Amino acid sequence: MSLILVVLIPLVAAVLVALAGTWPNFREAISLLAGTIIFFLVLSLLPSVLAGESPSAWIAEPIPGLPIALRAEPLGTLFGLTASFLWVVTTVYSIGYLRRKGESNQSRFYAFFAVAIAATMGVAFAENLFTLFLFYELLTLSTYPLVTHAGTTEARQGGRTYLAILLATSMGFFLVAIVWTWSLVGTVEFRLGGILAGSASPLVIGVLYALFVFGIGKAALMPFHRWLPAAMVAPTPVSALLHAVAVVKAGVFAILKVTIYVFGLDLVTTSWASDGLLWVAAATIVFASLIALHQDNLKRRLAYSTVSQLSCIVLGALLANASSIIGAATHITMHAFGKITLFFCAGAILAAAGKTKVSEMDGLGRQMPLTMGAFLIASISIIGLPPFGGFWGKWYLALGSLDGNYAVFVGVLMLSTLLNIAYLLPIPIRAFFAGDRGAVVIGEAPVACLIAMAVTTTMCLLLFFYPAPILQLARLLVP
Amino acid sequence: MLSQLPALQVTLPLIAAPLCLLVRSGRVAWGIALFASAASFAVAVLLLSRVLDQGSLSYEFGGWAAPWGIEYRVDIVNAFVLFVVTAITTVVLFFANDSVRKEVDASRQSLFYTVWLLCLTGLVGIVMTGDAFNLFVFLEISSLSSYVLIAFGKDRRALTASYQYLVMGTIGATFVLIGVGLLYMMTGTLNMADLADRLPAVMATRTVRTALAFLVVGISLKLALFPLHLWLPNAYAFAPSAVTAFLAATATKVAVYVLLRFLFTIFGVTFAFEAMPLGIILAVLGAAAILSTSAVAIFQDDIKRMLAYSSVAQIGYMVLGLSMATVAGLTASVLHLFNHALMKGGLFLALGCVAYQLGNVRLGALAGAGYRMPWTMGAFLVGGLSLIGVPLTAGFLSKWYLVQAALERGWWPVLVVVIAGSLLAVVYVWRVVEMAYLRRPAESDGSAVQEAPLSLLLPTWVLIVANLYFGIHTRLSVGIASKAAAVLIGQSP
Repeated sequence: MSLILVVLIPLVAAVLVALAGTWPNFREAISLLAGTIIFFLVLSLLPSVLAGESPSAWIAEPIPGLPIALRAEPLGTLFGLTASFLWVVTTVYSIGYLRRKGESNQSRFYAFFAVAIAATMGVAFAENLFTLFLFYELLTLSTYPLVTHAGTTEARQGGRTYLAILLATSMGFFLVAIVWTWSLVGTVEFRLGGILAGSASPLVIGVLYALFVFGIGKAALMPFHRWLPAAMVAPTPVSALLHAVAVVKAGVFAILKVTIYVFGLDLVTTSWASDGLLWVAAATIVFASLIALHQDNLKRRLAYSTVSQLSCIVLGALLANASSIIGAATHITMHAFGKITLFFCAGAILAAAGKTKVSEMDGLGRQMPLTMGAFLIASISIIGLPPFGGFWGKWYLALGSLDGNYAVFVGVLMLSTLLNIAYLLPIPIRAFFAGDRGAVVIGEAPVACLIAMAVTTTMCLLLFFYPAPILQLARLLVP
Repeated sequence: MLSQLPALQVTLPLIAAPLCLLVRSGRVAWGIALFASAASFAVAVLLLSRVLDQGSLSYEFGGWAAPWGIEYRVDIVNAFVLFVVTAITTVVLFFANDSVRKEVDASRQSLFYTVWLLCLTGLVGIVMTGDAFNLFVFLEISSLSSYVLIAFGKDRRALTASYQYLVMGTIGATFVLIGVGLLYMMTGTLNMADLADRLPAVMATRTVRTALAFLVVGISLKLALFPLHLWLPNAYAFAPSAVTAFLAATATKVAVYVLLRFLFTIFGVTFAFEAMPLGIILAVLGAAAILSTSAVAIFQDDIKRMLAYSSVAQIGYMVLGLSMATVAGLTASVLHLFNHALMKGGLFLALGCVAYQLGNVRLGALAGAGYRMPWTMGAFLVGGLSLIGVPLTAGFLSKWYLVQAALERGWWPVLVVVIAGSLLAVVYVWRVVEMAYLRRPAESDGSAVQEAPLSLLLPTWVLIVANLYFGIHTRLSVGIASKAAAVLIGQSP
């Protein structure tokens, strides 16, 4: 029951927000309340999931044998917890950001935001591929109005790229892969150990796996990554929650789910299905980082950084051994907290100082010390240095590469770490040390924004010292 | 009374038609037409439930036994098509009241409803009859009246469009007649069941093969199968809004039914698809229809014409499904017949609302319409998503079953075509969505444009909600479609 509520509450919130129209306090209160409720609902599922149970709920059955149903399993619970917690934080942030920027159509913004959260929760708790696909598409469509929120020509163009790539991959590859799976084994249910083993030749398994990995375009594997930089025309809270957490993580989450529950780790490692794909992921990690180096627009730089980090998670899924899966699952959450903080900072800089370019940020650290301090900490977490949470993801991913006898990928991960340093750290360094020491003319970000940044930054730190619950959930995936 | 249902189905609209002409008041005529079509919908529901319970039923017209008299034979296939046709007609008639009053001269409105009912009579008759020649007669009734309906359009170009359709339609009807004549020559019967019995004995003759060719080409003309579709875009674009919705949702569906009936019941799968290379011909034409007309739709400035091209593409999906000659393929085909009636009906009604408020349906006129006519454009958006085949809409299920049928048959190219077609649909639907939601209206044109009246919105939303309902609850649509497919292919009693 609480599973259905988790999807239903954001939808109800969306309707209420749309009706509340011109009453900002009410609208924001609804979003905060809904976010808090679903966070605690997901949290209440945690004990039974940790105990190895999987609460489930049935909604409808449009095609015989293909129900729309939800089930809480460890990976989905981890993703659901992360997304719902960060929704609350992002709502707090949005209150400060949207009011400072005086954005128009705020009701529409909050309403579609809530629909996107409902879709994310649906993805997180999907019981089978069909349900996953359904909410995956809903997520694409509900975020489109958010991407094009500004209504400018640039926003329209960005929206077109966004929709074109995401729909083309999902309809062209993902849906085909699902129907193919269904015709091979007669079920699309997620089952630990996989459902495809022994149903087809290694060649078919390989093609099918490639269809899934490329078809889940939200994971932004090259060459289907262009939608993510295009989506940066959206208001910053959207980029922060949806394009650093919910949407992109829904992509890598889906790849992990397919790997663990449809193919099964054994099938992926024994059938050579992932051999070529591993190199695509490795290439994406390196190339996206190299492109990020050359982006002067801060949000675009962060977007390419996300593309690179997502491929680290995909790499973990493709390696398909115990450590790499734990690494991938952990990295989903760890990267989420780091990257959302970076986007919060980017938005705060835009709202308070009106700056969007890295080259304009000299000396900004003395004007907005708290914001740039948060930026520094989150950068270190993304890079993967202790004492911040990002360390654990990279640690297990490196272990997984060694376990899979792919020492070369340890090199790729280290190279990406170096590149992370090269494109992230200069920003706070320039902000604090370059430029002239003029008087403080630009104030700090709005208080609500600062609160949100403080929460996520603290979480980056806490997750280094207390990663136990996350690791515990991740370990359940690899019995 | 219940045993007379098959006769009532055809005679109700036939008797109501001249009544409309007598009253000479548009409003009363509308009332009569609505009553007649609602009554025939009720009959269709009763027939469908009887067929579902008891299997197919046969009715001898005037008590004359076949093969001398005309036999009406209702099985699950035509019961389902009847249900679709009468249901859509009834919903569209609710819409027609206000829409027609704006688009057709007051003095000719009663004539309009007369012709409408005659067209309905023809369509229903085609579906009901078990006699090949009788089918031709009804085909002519529905065709002639639809030429007149199209000519009712306000734009003078409606006349040329109607004339073009008349020429093409007449050629098609003549071909059908020649085909039926050849079959009669070889078998000495016009009754479909008898034809099916006697044809195998004379299958190997050139005459029967020629008959098949004439029939398929003739029906394809009525069906607007690529490349015989050129009459359709103009006819749909210039006809009154209600007529476009009516014809798009019913006339082509009935033509698909005729093709199904001739190929599967009369000629049989072995002859049509194994002895003759019809499968590959229809598959190639269906695929070409999907790709070429979807691409053409992208470049249309007139939205009604855009949807007309899209209709030709959707017919391609139905033909593609039936060309596989498997239960799965036929299920997809029959299911899409139903779903497409819902989505195109809904979309054309939404456009009717736009035409009612804005006076035209050019793309540029829709700038900002999403904010000024939220319910109308909302309906268009949902209908468009169903056309694309987004999950939880009826359109998704059509695509799902078609893809599954293609996989089962091992027809990989079909998969590519279906997906390419869906992506092209995204492009042409999204042009409208972008225009309606992401552009501001030009300042000069008065901001007085308001939402369409409830009398238009209500029927539109009935069809749109049906798209969502049948996207989730599929027992009716998929259940009947798969039973109908089994009947057509001859797997069940």
